[in-house]
Amino acid sequence: MILLTRRADFSAAHYYWNENWSPEENLRVFGKCANRNGHGHNYTLEVTVAGEVDPVTGFVVDLKKLKDVMNKEVVDIYDHRHLNHEIAEFKHRMPTAENMAISIWERLENAVPRQLPGARLQRVRVYEMDDLFADYYGPATVNA
Amino acid sequence: MTPLVDFSRRYHFSASHRLHVEHFSDEQNDETFGKCNNPHGHGHNYTLEVTVRGPVAPDTGMVVNMVDLDRVIEERVVSRFDMQNLNCDPDFKNVVSSTENLCRAAWRLLKETSFGTAKLERLRIEETINNFFEFTGENAGEEA
Repeated sequence: MILLTRRADFSAAHYYWNENWSPEENLRVFGKCANRNGHGHNYTLEVTVAGEVDPVTGFVVDLKKLKDVMNKEVVDIYDHRHLNHEIAEFKHRMPTAENMAISIWERLENAVPRQLPGARLQRVRVYEMDDLFADYYGPATVNA
Repeated sequence: MTPLVDFSRRYHFSASHRLHVEHFSDEQNDETFGKCNNPHGHGHNYTLEVTVRGPVAPDTGMVVNMVDLDRVIEERVVSRFDMQNLNCDPDFKNVVSSTENLCRAAWRLLKETSFGTAKLERLRIEETINNFFEFTGENAGEEA
């Protein structure tokens, strides 16, 4: 089995705010990220798929097709959007890197094997900045 | 059964060191460590990547609050090694100040640390952009 990773970039706005908390509590926990006018990042998405190498093509998957899936399912939807206001899953889920990794996994987990026969989703990594990122390996990674 | 997400953050510190074994002859040290055995030492800009694994808190969307993580890593690791000579640190009194051993030392400094509901998953230290070392400690069944 080989792991194959493709990167993509997108830019989006977000903020952190829990409606059940007071403004003071939001500011205490989220600091500058609680500015409700929002702020933004250049995100980098890394999608890793696992599969066997095709003996004829030498590919695990056609990278162009992986790029197309990432664009269609994620990048075209998130890019240049306000995550809190415009993306369905973040109406009720804080748009942190952690939750973005989970949400992107959910967007890709069926599309990857459907569009890329023989491949399965292995890891989703979301960089919010160069020095901050989250990895999700799917719902199978649970507490013992 | 809560799905777990890995949250990673990168930190920087600069330090000097010398790779040297007391009971080796000068020739053995030179043969083993080459330029890294220079008696006057040399230095690196190290990058420490800390990964903690845990459930995403529903109210914050976070595995760990970045501000809390930054504070504890600064207090326990970065401030200890930044702008220091690693060979003068008690952790390197009896072992070579290689980055392998630096990973283990950093793991020992952090293994008892509480990260809320998250747990230390992996440490990665980059000595240069071409050299890096990863340690997962007890997660791989190893003592630091």
